Amino acid sequence: MRFILSIIIIAAASFFAGLYFPWWVIAVIAFLVSLLLPQRPSASFITGFIGVFLLWIILAASINSSNAGILAGRTGQLLKIGNSPSILIFVTGLVGGLVSGFAALTASYLNFKRGAGTN
Amino acid sequence: MRIVRFLLTAAITLFLIWALNRPWGSTLPMPLGKFLSPQSGFWQNAESVNYSFNETLSFPQLKGKANVYFDERLVPHVFAENDEDLYFIQGYLHAKFRLFQMDLQTRAAEGRASEIAGPMAINYDKEQRRLGMKYAAEHSLRAMEQDPQAKSFYGAYTAGINAYINSLKQNELPLEYKLLNFQPEEWTNMRTALLLKMMAKMLASGEDDLAYTNLRSVLTSEQIATLYPQINDSLVPIVPKGTIFPTPSFQPQYPVSADSAYFGSGFTTAATEAYKPDRDNGSNNWVVAGKKTASGFPILCNDPHLELSLPSIWYEMQLSTPQTNTYGVTLPGSPFVIIGFNDSIAWGVTNSQRDVKDYYSIKYKDKSAKEYWFNNEWRPTQQRIEEIKVKGAPSVFDTVSYTVFGPVIYDGNFTDTVTHSAALAVKWMAHQTGDDGSTFYKLNRAANYNQYVDAIKTFECPGQNFVFASKTGDIAIWQQGKFPNRWNGQGLYVMPGQDSSYWWQDFIPQDQNPHALNPERGFLESANQRPADAAYPYFIPGGYITARGIAIERYLSAMHSATVQDMMNLHNNTFNVTAEDMLPLMLQNVNVTALSPAALKYYKEVKEWNLMADAASRGQTIYQVWFDSLRRNIWYDELGKNVGFNDLPEEQTTLELLKKDTTALGFVDDVTTPQHEDLLTEVTAALNKASALLSEREKEGKLQWAKFKDVSIFHLLRTITPFARTGLNVGGWGNVINAVKKSHGPSWRMIVHMNSPTEAFGVYPGGQSGNPGSRFYDNAVDTWANGKYYQLWMMKPEEKADKRVKWTMSFHNG
Repeated sequence: MRFILSIIIIAAASFFAGLYFPWWVIAVIAFLVSLLLPQRPSASFITGFIGVFLLWIILAASINSSNAGILAGRTGQLLKIGNSPSILIFVTGLVGGLVSGFAALTASYLNFKRGAGTN
Repeated sequence: MRIVRFLLTAAITLFLIWALNRPWGSTLPMPLGKFLSPQSGFWQNAESVNYSFNETLSFPQLKGKANVYFDERLVPHVFAENDEDLYFIQGYLHAKFRLFQMDLQTRAAEGRASEIAGPMAINYDKEQRRLGMKYAAEHSLRAMEQDPQAKSFYGAYTAGINAYINSLKQNELPLEYKLLNFQPEEWTNMRTALLLKMMAKMLASGEDDLAYTNLRSVLTSEQIATLYPQINDSLVPIVPKGTIFPTPSFQPQYPVSADSAYFGSGFTTAATEAYKPDRDNGSNNWVVAGKKTASGFPILCNDPHLELSLPSIWYEMQLSTPQTNTYGVTLPGSPFVIIGFNDSIAWGVTNSQRDVKDYYSIKYKDKSAKEYWFNNEWRPTQQRIEEIKVKGAPSVFDTVSYTVFGPVIYDGNFTDTVTHSAALAVKWMAHQTGDDGSTFYKLNRAANYNQYVDAIKTFECPGQNFVFASKTGDIAIWQQGKFPNRWNGQGLYVMPGQDSSYWWQDFIPQDQNPHALNPERGFLESANQRPADAAYPYFIPGGYITARGIAIERYLSAMHSATVQDMMNLHNNTFNVTAEDMLPLMLQNVNVTALSPAALKYYKEVKEWNLMADAASRGQTIYQVWFDSLRRNIWYDELGKNVGFNDLPEEQTTLELLKKDTTALGFVDDVTTPQHEDLLTEVTAALNKASALLSEREKEGKLQWAKFKDVSIFHLLRTITPFARTGLNVGGWGNVINAVKKSHGPSWRMIVHMNSPTEAFGVYPGGQSGNPGSRFYDNAVDTWANGKYYQLWMMKPEEKADKRVKWTMSFHNG
């Protein structure tokens, strides 16, 4: 339950914070959520990763579909990953997910002392 | 252990953020995390294909209400209550759709490209500053702000741009700012002045004075006069032959030392232009009178040939108030319509190609460049210390010394750092001009011939051929600009700058600029050729282009009951008028037995060619490669040491000379071989040589002309190729009417039929939005490439419910 809840909170909080703060606010949020809702390190990483991975993928995919892939195709070539919006959407999610996942993982090591951390 | 893991993962996290939040060199100038974030990065620029441009906006600067109706091509039809609001909104819309290009171009004009592009742009910036671009813009700005009315329009335009910039959130920044990681800069009237100076540089600074100066040491004056003629034999001037010109009231005097110190001087220079404007910057325009059209009303056409880029240099608009109503293309960065029509008249422009930029050699007292010898005394220079800020590197400082002539553009620090030949000051018409933009304010409102003349007569630089048609049936053309009244030969070469005797003595009176009104033959045209024949009583050197004018004149002469469709065909015509004369001469001079098998094949093919440089033509490719090879064979052995390929005698001149003299004054002989070559040997050798390249291209499947040329329209940041459109299937060449070269050509095609109501057509290779994430970024490219047009809609205020109106933006005071 805590696993799912963490993912939802990270995704939702990252979304709202992203409207006002720089992109790396996702790391702050994953860190705080992982700190306040302690889990095992591996679970923390996965919640952090999935929370932002999903958020960014959903946002990017929806923007891409209303844009009919015009810009993702051009940007994909610019980043040398080919004219494929889906790959670019995946890369977008991966980058956000990794940052958020590592931030959550970092926090989980602070929690361990308190001995908590199962779903 | 936990603390170690904590520290380790914390370090990884921070490293990731750091790495993703910083640029990585020139390949990835953008911070990747910020760039990829769907909430701040490039995804935010991916505009929905169903995006609604409807908006209600209020600004305290507005005096009244205004509405902007966007049609299905995103062309704004602006209806304001007064001029200030009109230009405020023009500024706002320019910024909304083209901010990056305006910002980049005016920074570059001022010599600040290195702030964005890094060290690779330092020499570009130095040349801009040494040419005195900012100095020139300061003069114009003074004139723009002196007249209260002009000041209020420029001010309103500037305020409109800034209103948009100030409303921008970081996530809404145009994509290029995110890619290059920089911020927009506040607009000023000065930046509008700089933009107009950029046009002056593009169109009125391409003379070949330095090349001619160096040729003088290897060629006699007779040879120069023949190889670089002032008037081509085949010239068809803008002002019809036979026009009588009044005798000049002022005859400029030769300096007494001209023969020895100028014409006969051995002075050479190792200075070279770092960034020279494209010599094909030119254009076509023509107008056909009612007596030659099917409708009985004039038809006016224009296609300015410029570097083709995305976003385009042009932005299409209708600008309307209760007092004025104009449609056409505008230059983002400047108010007004530049080429277009209103309810009474239509106008277009081509470049005059006149030489209005001269060099003077300067004798400094010492290396400090603080004093120079002028009129028997040491005079102080005014020195400007220029700080060029460089992205990712320390600032570069350059001192520019100003003389009575103008700034010293080349010296031992730039660009001739090896031989340190004499310092050269540049005198350029654009340094001292007034408010040239006011011409367009007036033209937008002109209702007849007299008002058109009144509008253009103050226009100074870059000299333009303003073609004109009115609803009342008048057609006219004026070559307008401020031009020095030169003595014969003045300014062809670097001039001595030690006294005032080589100074420009006077200007050609404005009313004596070449012009024509309602000629008997019923049409007028200009295509960058010399404006008048030898009867014009002034010495007017320039980088003239002869061929297109011949072709246009021939087609228009033969035309009767002309229609808009005929004009469209003529815009897209690819007849190679040079090849018409040159090819038979080449074919006659081939020794068929000496041809390689491949060369023989191409020889047979080009013999059957129909002289059209269309997209699928193989004959055009064979001809052009063969001719270029011949041109190099003839001239390069003698002149290659002194000038580059582009400065060799031109195609038209080579043709005219060979028609008269098959030895081309002896230049046909290859001086690098002991034996004597004649035209037969050279033409044959040129085809053998050309056939190697042609065979190679044929193997690659690129022998067809469009494939050979590879027509491409690049993004302004040329290195970003995914934002470009490449491999367009378009014919044409610089010497044919449809002047499409590789990435240069008709940047706007416009046809205005002055019937009632006015019927107008236009297209430019781009789209109304500068955003590569918009469907309006390049939506017109294919239409342009196919030679098609859009009907231009001069919307009436009562048509706001018309189905062509897709979105509405309303502006209020508030």
